[in-house]
Amino acid sequence: MADYAHPEALVSTGWVAEHGNDDNVRVVEVDVDTKAYDEGHVPGAIAWAWNTQLCDTVRRDILSSRQLEELMAASGVTPDTTLIIYGDNNNWFAAWALWQARIYGHKDVRLMNGGRKKWLAEGREMVTDTPRPARASYTAMDADNSLRAFLPQVQAASAARSSGLVDVRSPAEFSGELLAPPGLPETCQRGGHVPGARSIPWGKACNEDGTFKSADELKALYAGEGIDGSKPVIAYCRIGERSSHTWFVLKYLLGFDNVTNYDGSWTEWGNLVGAPVERGANASAAKS
Amino acid sequence: MKTEEFQERKLEVAGWPVNLASYRLGTEWHCEADNVSPGARLCRTTGATRQEAEEKALKRAKELLSRTRRHTV
Repeated sequence: MADYAHPEALVSTGWVAEHGNDDNVRVVEVDVDTKAYDEGHVPGAIAWAWNTQLCDTVRRDILSSRQLEELMAASGVTPDTTLIIYGDNNNWFAAWALWQARIYGHKDVRLMNGGRKKWLAEGREMVTDTPRPARASYTAMDADNSLRAFLPQVQAASAARSSGLVDVRSPAEFSGELLAPPGLPETCQRGGHVPGARSIPWGKACNEDGTFKSADELKALYAGEGIDGSKPVIAYCRIGERSSHTWFVLKYLLGFDNVTNYDGSWTEWGNLVGAPVERGANASAAKS
Repeated sequence: MKTEEFQERKLEVAGWPVNLASYRLGTEWHCEADNVSPGARLCRTTGATRQEAEEKALKRAKELLSRTRRHTV
């Protein structure tokens, strides 16, 4: 991990096995499949459900600062806690949780490299008991919206080609052939991508074991599509979790200063009346 | 308990690539199926044997993938 711009944003499975129960460490599992935790999890880990605890359940939005404070406090997390997050699908929603924690200023939050899959594949200890952390006191910082892109910013960036727009969905979603990942419900009216976006599927940043590729491989991957940190980058997917993963890569592993996650993503853009849409593959999508 | 006999393999289901991961936790076998691209989880199943867990996962994956529509671009 030494070649990454911010290696401190990642821990290995071995580190978690050794330090997961340290006093100032809280390990949290965040899965796409919110029942996976119940079958077994990292010793000492608690679970956050992305669909009820990491979003506003009434309006479509991320947590408010008050909601995040309540989640952290109930989880026994203080602003000084080292928060280690991991999950299934190579950390999709773990990255979503980390992104929100960073928005509200949590200083020390890290991903477990390889996520749940690597922990399972390595045959590490799994437990089914659910820890009950003592309630803590937590005060969030003001939301740092420099980490988040909203629709007007994306519209402006697309029109002016002023940012690198990275579509991290599969090539078939990017082209418009599919409106959702195979087997999942369609959540938009139109297929395609934001005009000017480049197709760089999130999974290209990962090795087979779920860990992140090396810094050199990541640099080559994104630079090959013109994403080199020289101008702002906006990542998006369908609902914002896969793009959190790419946001993490660009922000912490490559160290780009100006990277935002457009959590409205294709579910917002692909349902807008009158929004411009491009269809078809770009060069990278055609190759993959 | 520890995960034992973890295995992954790729196959085609209803015309779509599927990644199947299975392993044993204690006496129970677990199987997870994802759709490879983009790698979204389709289902997670359990069984008394690896075969049983995988068959359940494949059945559910087939149900879900059979509903997927390809659109003309």
